[in-house]
Amino acid sequence: MHHDQPTTAASAGRESGKSPRLTVDGLCLDVPDGEQATRRLLDDVGFSVLAGEVFTILGPSGSGKSSLLRCLDRLNEPTAGRVLIGGQDMRDLPVREVRRRVGMVFQQPVLFPGSIADNVLYGLRARAAEPTDPDGLVGDLLARVGLPPDWSGHSTRDLSGGEAQRVALARALANGPQILLLDEPTAALDRSASARIERLLVEMGSATDLTLVWVTHDLDQARRIGHSGLILVDGRVVEQGSLTTLLADPAAEVARLFVAGDLDSGPAAT
Amino acid sequence: MGRALIEVAGPLAAQAQFSFVNVALALLMVAVAVALSFWQRLSLEKDMLLACARAFVQLLAIGYVIQLVFRSRSFWFVLLLLTAMVLFAAITSGRRLRPLPGAYAIAAIAITLASALTLVLLVALDVVPSTARYVVPLGGMIVGNAMNVVSVVGTRLREELESERRTIEAALALAASPSQATRPSLRRAVRVAMIPLIDNTKTIGLVFLPGAMTGMILAGADPLDAVKLQAIVMYMLIGTVAIAAAVAAYLVQRQLFTRHEQLRRLSSG
Repeated sequence: MHHDQPTTAASAGRESGKSPRLTVDGLCLDVPDGEQATRRLLDDVGFSVLAGEVFTILGPSGSGKSSLLRCLDRLNEPTAGRVLIGGQDMRDLPVREVRRRVGMVFQQPVLFPGSIADNVLYGLRARAAEPTDPDGLVGDLLARVGLPPDWSGHSTRDLSGGEAQRVALARALANGPQILLLDEPTAALDRSASARIERLLVEMGSATDLTLVWVTHDLDQARRIGHSGLILVDGRVVEQGSLTTLLADPAAEVARLFVAGDLDSGPAAT
Repeated sequence: MGRALIEVAGPLAAQAQFSFVNVALALLMVAVAVALSFWQRLSLEKDMLLACARAFVQLLAIGYVIQLVFRSRSFWFVLLLLTAMVLFAAITSGRRLRPLPGAYAIAAIAITLASALTLVLLVALDVVPSTARYVVPLGGMIVGNAMNVVSVVGTRLREELESERRTIEAALALAASPSQATRPSLRRAVRVAMIPLIDNTKTIGLVFLPGAMTGMILAGADPLDAVKLQAIVMYMLIGTVAIAAAVAAYLVQRQLFTRHEQLRRLSSG
């Protein structure tokens, strides 16, 4: 992979004077648990990511990875802490502006009924920003995600899992996001589709200044994709930094267990 | 012989008075049902007897109340009676909408709005005379139908919220507004709530003779008059049901989201 931008850990970016695209600071998330009680899903999570960087969030199932991602798109409301998008506090922006700047691709691609073009143009139409040349735009986006541009009129019904995930990706890109959240984007796909989607995302990450925050439970995938990242266990960050050191020589005991495969690392169910 | 019977059922029935002996005799059919249940071990005997007793007491009570309202000739008594109906309907419907925040308020608003609008329109346009004899029974039908529709819309939307959760959140994540994200679900809920009444309207007179018409014919009215009133009832109910469904859907939809446009989780998990 070749990079023009600084692509090491966020700290390196700060040293070079570049401000992070995404900053998470002291993030906590409590959810109701029974009548009165609450359960803490995320506890004091903090990290920052530069433009064009691929940041990986690793952790066993139920560690809070998906919840963390949902907080970054404000689908969940953090109980405490801050999320800065391009230096701006998320809470100071209209929520739909946050979701336009921060795209999200889910583990299971959920496509809307209708054509592929209907899906790709959904976000633009939702805010009454129908492009002047919708066919051209959809064709370009389909080409970017490796689908034939002339598929725009096709129904979404007969797509394979990998194709559906590509449409979901094109749909997220149509909004022109600065940050793309990927919640185990290849976990529901068969092996070859998974490998191809992974390659597409990595190439996209390196070719543009799009920031990717990529949740995975797959250590091998993390080794292939990420620049920096963190390991989340029981809602806490147990290890953080460059992925190479993170995976080769984790300091924390629990992180060592996770890397060694001694913690359950099935697909996240949170 | 047959001819004589038909004549007796004609004009004479207009003066028919029912004594409690008639009612007691009708209980014979309940006895048959209870015997059947006992024989087939359906264990419905207790339920049936209780239901019959309850129905009788409730009907008797409302009969006296309506008689009182008619005799008082006061608009305020009519309004009080209609308000009580709406209140009971709102409690019944509201219970179905729980655990949605503001469930009872939603039911009350939707039922009141739909009922008031229909009744005011009927009376203002002089479709029916503005006397208690018309306003009270029609009001009952209107409130009852509004109640059913609000319950169906609410229940259905809550189910949609669970089954369509991922689709709704995918739309939200694309910066859609809550109303855009839930539009297909809302549409389905309103359709499901309205279809039974529309189907009833379509098959009316073919499959069954509707209540208002049956009542008027039994009371000795000209069948054509009965038909006209029945048509009025059906048309007004379609309006009521549409208003109630739309208002309920709108209000429920708003309650499904936090003020930061996050889809609530109503059940645990």
